[in-house]
Amino acid sequence: MKSRADLRGKLKDLFDKQRVGVLSTQQRNRPYASLVAFAVTDDLKSFVFATPRTTRKYSNIMSSKRAALLIDNRSNRMSDFRRAMAVTAVGTVRELRKSGKSRLIRLYTDKNSHLEDFIKSPTCAVLCLEAETLHIVDRFQHVVELHLST
Amino acid sequence: MKLIYHLSQIRPSDQQLVGGKACALALIAQEGLQVPRSMCISTDAYDMFLDETGLRAQVLMEYHRKPFDQMRWEEMWDCSLRIQNMFAKTPIPSELAAVLMEELAGSFDNMAVAVRSSAVGEDSASTSFAGLHESYLNVRGREEVLEHIKLVWASTWSDAAILYRNDVGLDVESSRMAVVIQELIQGQESGVIFGRSPIDNTKAVVEAVYGLNQGLVDGTVEPDRWIVDRNSGRIVSHRPAQREKAVVPGFRGVRVIGLTAEQREKPPLTRHKVKNLFAVERKLAGLFGSDQDVEWTYDGSRLRLLQSRPITTKSADKDTDDRRWYLSLRRSFESLVGLRTKIENEIIPGMVADVASLEKIELKRMTDEELATEISRRAQIYENSKKQYWDFCIPFAHGIRLFGTVYNRNVRPENPYEFVELLSGADLQSVKRNDKLQQVADMLNEDKRLRRLVRSGKLPEESRFTREVMALADELRIPLPEIISASQLQAKLLELIVEMADRGGGEKQRKGRAKPGLERGFLASMPKGSRAFGLQLLDLARASYRLRDDDNIYLGQIEKRLLDAVQEARGRSAAVSKIPSDLSLTDEVAKCLTNPNYRPQIRRSKPTEVRDKQVMPRQLLGQPAGPGLAVGRARVIRKAEDLFAFKKGEILVCDAIDPNMTFVVPLASAIVERRGGMLIHGAIIAREYGLPCVTGIPDADRVISTGHNITVDGYLGIVTIERKPT
Repeated sequence: MKSRADLRGKLKDLFDKQRVGVLSTQQRNRPYASLVAFAVTDDLKSFVFATPRTTRKYSNIMSSKRAALLIDNRSNRMSDFRRAMAVTAVGTVRELRKSGKSRLIRLYTDKNSHLEDFIKSPTCAVLCLEAETLHIVDRFQHVVELHLST
Repeated sequence: MKLIYHLSQIRPSDQQLVGGKACALALIAQEGLQVPRSMCISTDAYDMFLDETGLRAQVLMEYHRKPFDQMRWEEMWDCSLRIQNMFAKTPIPSELAAVLMEELAGSFDNMAVAVRSSAVGEDSASTSFAGLHESYLNVRGREEVLEHIKLVWASTWSDAAILYRNDVGLDVESSRMAVVIQELIQGQESGVIFGRSPIDNTKAVVEAVYGLNQGLVDGTVEPDRWIVDRNSGRIVSHRPAQREKAVVPGFRGVRVIGLTAEQREKPPLTRHKVKNLFAVERKLAGLFGSDQDVEWTYDGSRLRLLQSRPITTKSADKDTDDRRWYLSLRRSFESLVGLRTKIENEIIPGMVADVASLEKIELKRMTDEELATEISRRAQIYENSKKQYWDFCIPFAHGIRLFGTVYNRNVRPENPYEFVELLSGADLQSVKRNDKLQQVADMLNEDKRLRRLVRSGKLPEESRFTREVMALADELRIPLPEIISASQLQAKLLELIVEMADRGGGEKQRKGRAKPGLERGFLASMPKGSRAFGLQLLDLARASYRLRDDDNIYLGQIEKRLLDAVQEARGRSAAVSKIPSDLSLTDEVAKCLTNPNYRPQIRRSKPTEVRDKQVMPRQLLGQPAGPGLAVGRARVIRKAEDLFAFKKGEILVCDAIDPNMTFVVPLASAIVERRGGMLIHGAIIAREYGLPCVTGIPDADRVISTGHNITVDGYLGIVTIERKPT
């Protein structure tokens, strides 16, 4: 994974194939993790997800905007130790204004059409993790960072 | 699931279960030809062993530590050693062991047997695993047979087998191994029939030795060779061997004995037997539908066929791959002993004599023409020495590997590299040089006035310290691409000596550490009657380990004498001074000296690839080559000057280090190297000083920069780059 173009290609492929990632948030030293359906922009910087405003993750994000989202292709087999790839996107979360014209919301509903009604609910927030760094792990212990903001 | 097959039960469709060798033996026996009493342990047993013990996942994790195409041949050997050690340490599950024990008792009782590999995909018309997997002769007792079955299973993962499977496009991950247990026939004459000569399609070849076939197969015994015309069956020629020895069954395993006077004079086969063997091969060729490579033995007048495989039609197309060359380095103990004698008695004394005679020559008195001739002569001496290094010294390093294999097979240690503990502390030339350097540094600690003087960059006139520094400056002229002038080198060396004085004594060094417990454990693990061999092998491995490092020092001395002459030329000719300091360009240097109008042909070097700063490696996987954990500032060695800038506690990061460059190691807290392998020079010197070491980090000197804070985990083979350069 030396070349950025190769790496980006692999990441795009992974993000296109995976529907759900693990979102890590925290509030007052209380870490929390939850599964979220996501979609990502072509520049791999913006990870869109949605959650009811009543949830612990939403409350955590309102308290601390820093968060991480783990996306991986594990298959729950032994071969994961040599074949699985996991990417942790680390950055800051912001809430998106719901509008039919929002490019990011369209991106999300194009990938997760079954969630269209869900996000239309006034109690549901659509959020975007603006990633600064992607931490990419493959071959069990091989780690590369992709710095998106530089 | 069927674990055991007798030959009469095997059908051609059982290939996937019994492998190629067992399938062929069954067909031969079913045709009524004589084969030893045999049974086959199926690949289901192999799978059961891997799955019930959890070994499969461990093996595949190790195999995938690095992408195959990024592994050097030395790393492949390491990978194979670790995997084979996993097999050795893992007991066969009791249920499987009970089934095997019962069958072995029923078929062979306490009879001596051969335990042979029979891999799936082996011995087909397109692939041949000949010599890649292990077979063991004269194994006695059910427990012993079980252990040897495990060794044959483990040999599925020999470096040679992994490489071959990759070359011919077989799936390494799903390799499976069956095992043939065969009554040991104590044949008096044995050999091979090659139904079609690789040199001449119209001929067949019969080779024969006295005793067992193993001597012929592993190259210990030279065979008599008959060439037979395939059309007429007529013997075309007979090339007698220098008949001296035979391999015969020992108490366990095999041993080499001398031949009687009568055997030395008489070929092992009569012409009648040669013709008979050729006829047998023809019959087998008809049976299998292709020319055959047959192993046989004569027990009295009774011919027994040990195995038959098709002559392979497909060969790997990567003949130029250096990993393929590496496989040719395998050597028997006898051949390694011969190499050692040659290296110790001829090659190294020859290099030392060359250096001594070159030192006496006063280059400054030479005319330009004489200097040009001297440069060419020195370049030739250097090339000859390098050739000897590749032809003899590099193959001799296999002594370490042979010892490692025997050690692990007998001792079954937790750590597959425990055997190296018995080899380190071998008084390496590089360590002796480093000791000298430390002694000079210690002089500064003992004399405050001297220390002040040296810190100001000066040398006292006419003192022991000055003489020692000058001698070391000569010794440490490093054969690297750029040349440092004598005065620059001296100044840099003084800086380094001050740094070493600040560090204090060589407390880190483990040289000469006694390991009597390990040595006793190793000797006790050797089969009864083989302990003397164990000691000889250990002695050979220690020499192999020592010479692996030392021969570079001797070669480096010759290289320096060549550099002396080139340096002299630089001072005389402006054209020469423009030639990069590359030893492959000495011809250009000589031409400039003899012809003032000559303009050297210099190729532009490739521009350095600029790394993408957005993609930052954070945690890199290599090979664990020296246990321990270190955190510190990286010092990346890209040119000679970088070595002299080394500071106490830094981590040495390099592409490839040779023993002429390891004088900074006593200051280092760890070593990271791009070249992979447990026995590369970086790993050897790290072990001498007890430093954590990770090798095989791709592009180590490019992805890590001087100033990076890095963590070296020598247990797991992981290097973590903590933050950007400061």
